[in-house]
Amino acid sequence: MIIVSKDIVSNLRASIVMLLLLTVLTGGFYPGLTTLILQSSFPKAANGSQILNDEGEVIGSSLIGQNFTEPEYLWGRLSATSPEPYNAASSSGSNFGVNNTALVEAAKARIAVLKAADPDNIAPVPVDLVTSSASGLDPEISPAAALYQVHRIAKARGLDDNKVRSVIAAATRGRTFGLLGEPRVNVLEVNQALDTIGK
Amino acid sequence: MTASLIGWGGWQVVAYFIVLFALVVPLGGHMARVYLGKSTFLSPALQPVEGLIYRACGVDPDREMSWKEYALALLALSFSGFALLYAILIGQGVLPLNPQNLPGLSPDLAFNTAVSFITNTNWQSYSGETVMTNFSQMAGLTVQNFVSAAVGMAALAAMIRGMTRRKAAGIGNFWADLVRSILYILLPLSFILALVLGAQGVVQTFSASIDAHTLEGTKQTIALGPVASQEAIKMLGTNGGGFFNVNSAHPFENPNPLTNFLELVAILVIPTSLCHSFGIMVGDRRQGFALLAAMSLVFVPLMLFGIAEEQGGNPHLASLGIDQTASAQQPGGNMEGKETRFGIVNSGLWAAATTAASNGSVNSMHDSYTPLGGMVPLLLMKFGEVIYGGVGSGLYGMLIFVVITVFIAGLMVGRTPEYLGKKIQSFEMKMASIAILAPSACVLIGTALGVMTEAGRAGLFNSGPQGYSEVLYAFTSAANNNGSAFAGLSANSPFYNTALGLCMLVGRYFVLIPVLAIGGSLAAKNTTPPSAGTLPTHTPLFVLVLIFVLVLVGILTYAPTLALGPVIAYLQMIGG
Repeated sequence: MIIVSKDIVSNLRASIVMLLLLTVLTGGFYPGLTTLILQSSFPKAANGSQILNDEGEVIGSSLIGQNFTEPEYLWGRLSATSPEPYNAASSSGSNFGVNNTALVEAAKARIAVLKAADPDNIAPVPVDLVTSSASGLDPEISPAAALYQVHRIAKARGLDDNKVRSVIAAATRGRTFGLLGEPRVNVLEVNQALDTIGK
Repeated sequence: MTASLIGWGGWQVVAYFIVLFALVVPLGGHMARVYLGKSTFLSPALQPVEGLIYRACGVDPDREMSWKEYALALLALSFSGFALLYAILIGQGVLPLNPQNLPGLSPDLAFNTAVSFITNTNWQSYSGETVMTNFSQMAGLTVQNFVSAAVGMAALAAMIRGMTRRKAAGIGNFWADLVRSILYILLPLSFILALVLGAQGVVQTFSASIDAHTLEGTKQTIALGPVASQEAIKMLGTNGGGFFNVNSAHPFENPNPLTNFLELVAILVIPTSLCHSFGIMVGDRRQGFALLAAMSLVFVPLMLFGIAEEQGGNPHLASLGIDQTASAQQPGGNMEGKETRFGIVNSGLWAAATTAASNGSVNSMHDSYTPLGGMVPLLLMKFGEVIYGGVGSGLYGMLIFVVITVFIAGLMVGRTPEYLGKKIQSFEMKMASIAILAPSACVLIGTALGVMTEAGRAGLFNSGPQGYSEVLYAFTSAANNNGSAFAGLSANSPFYNTALGLCMLVGRYFVLIPVLAIGGSLAAKNTTPPSAGTLPTHTPLFVLVLIFVLVLVGILTYAPTLALGPVIAYLQMIGG
């Protein structure tokens, strides 16, 4: 019994020293060196891919979605973050199950808003435009969801539909290496480009 | 559906397996060298550091330990790790790197989180960006990401040694296995992956947030942090605890399809490669590849089934004039809780990979999956996290099933069961039974308590069978050390924090210790040379019997729970 407890004490002593050393190595040195290298080699990426306006103010991140409700802007995915949509300090999905009536209600409400803003549009609504993203911060929508909104944006801005289409095309990314991921449109990039038209 | 799987969407699954399996031989070979104590290409640089650590800790890396000594050292490290992490989490309010002035965690949340990270579960009852300081993330959680992964790998190495030694008392040295796992495997791989992820847009900074003034004139506070370094080990160590609440669905953890692909590879690369390390260490590579084949034969059909279910979409939305068809312009399908850049295929592939391995990270919200699509991750966890499984823990779990399988096969042909020349006798069978029954009991008892008590039902978000599935998923995830969730469940309550914490402890140590015991017992036995009556364990026949046993045990244990949750939800969905 005495031998066992001596074993426990020596194991605990070794454990504590081991943990302190590993904390220095994997909790200090490793993230520290990673930060140092990334901050010096890829400062834009390491600091959140910030987008600055002409005055040098941060207007957002190219990786983080923003909430758009005005008809002249392209709208993104629904966002389930609280207290307001696209709260980038508290990411969250809706977690609605497929049978949850709240999911159907949210889709219906979105369709109503889309129809009210663009009554002539009779095309079926692309599903990603009426569903919440996983993060609540999805910066992108599918090309189908972007093209669905062309006429509304063009009308609100007094532009030709084709002009809006070309802005969307410029912000559309294909699959990486033609293989990975999904084709998609960066919403903030489109809206920034739309705002510069005619300036 | 067909267009998406056969078209480009499906090719990325093929590309994934090509890259994953191409890495098995080189990485598996490297890891075998590490555990056989041979020098590797990293040794010249790292050996001095290794020696320094042993000297500072006062341990002799060459001293052979019996399985009991090995287990004692392992438990001492885990307990100390728990105490240290608990103290950090409780005290983070007064510790450095806390620009947001976040308070310490409540005792039940700190208990749950500390248990979660020492057991390699990384279940998260908290939301990272609003609860954890950068100090807790780095010095607390990142460290245990490394340590808990290395503990699992060490235990596997010890068990394998037991299988290869004759009449030996020892199964290796825990401290050496631990340190070598971190220094020669986890740390170098993490460092490379962290740099690539960082270059692609995963953030790495000590500032907590930036304020942006949006185009529509509102203020948007964007949370930041040292994410890339934690992201890399989170994937490689099958940990899965995200920096942010939504884990790898967050654009700062997983910004684009390339990072998604690399993170997916990182989930499975060590578990798959360890199969090859096993083959090398036991001196018969076919044994390792047979286990890898068994795992893949279960994984691939389930993964494809899950993707197909999600691509099928939600019938409730179809009636509203919503287009859920896949095309070149949109992924279509059930996009609730999924990111545009990942669509259906990458979300479904991730959901299967993360639950087959005991990773538990997510890039989509499993709670919003279709009932049968969501049953795939549930089922993969219910097999006991042995389909690839956690680093180390997946393969030692699979070896437990191998023990059971050779026992059953031995009974059928009327011979003493053997594996790799070692007789499988009553002690091994007792230990294997404990390792399989303990986590299952936790799942079933925990789920029953969760749905029968007021405190458990208070956490439900969705109602009906989906609410039941949330509880079932939580206990399945905890007891099998996965860590993913049907995240609607409000798990940050004293009931769930305590109950799930206890399940994680049982699920980890009631498997780990029997595994070491089997290793010790086998080491002490003599090896009998194969004869005409020996059951070969590298053949397609054995692989099929192994799969059969695995599926049978899973179904017998869990069929009623699956019927009450996903199956009823499915009937509700198609019934309108």
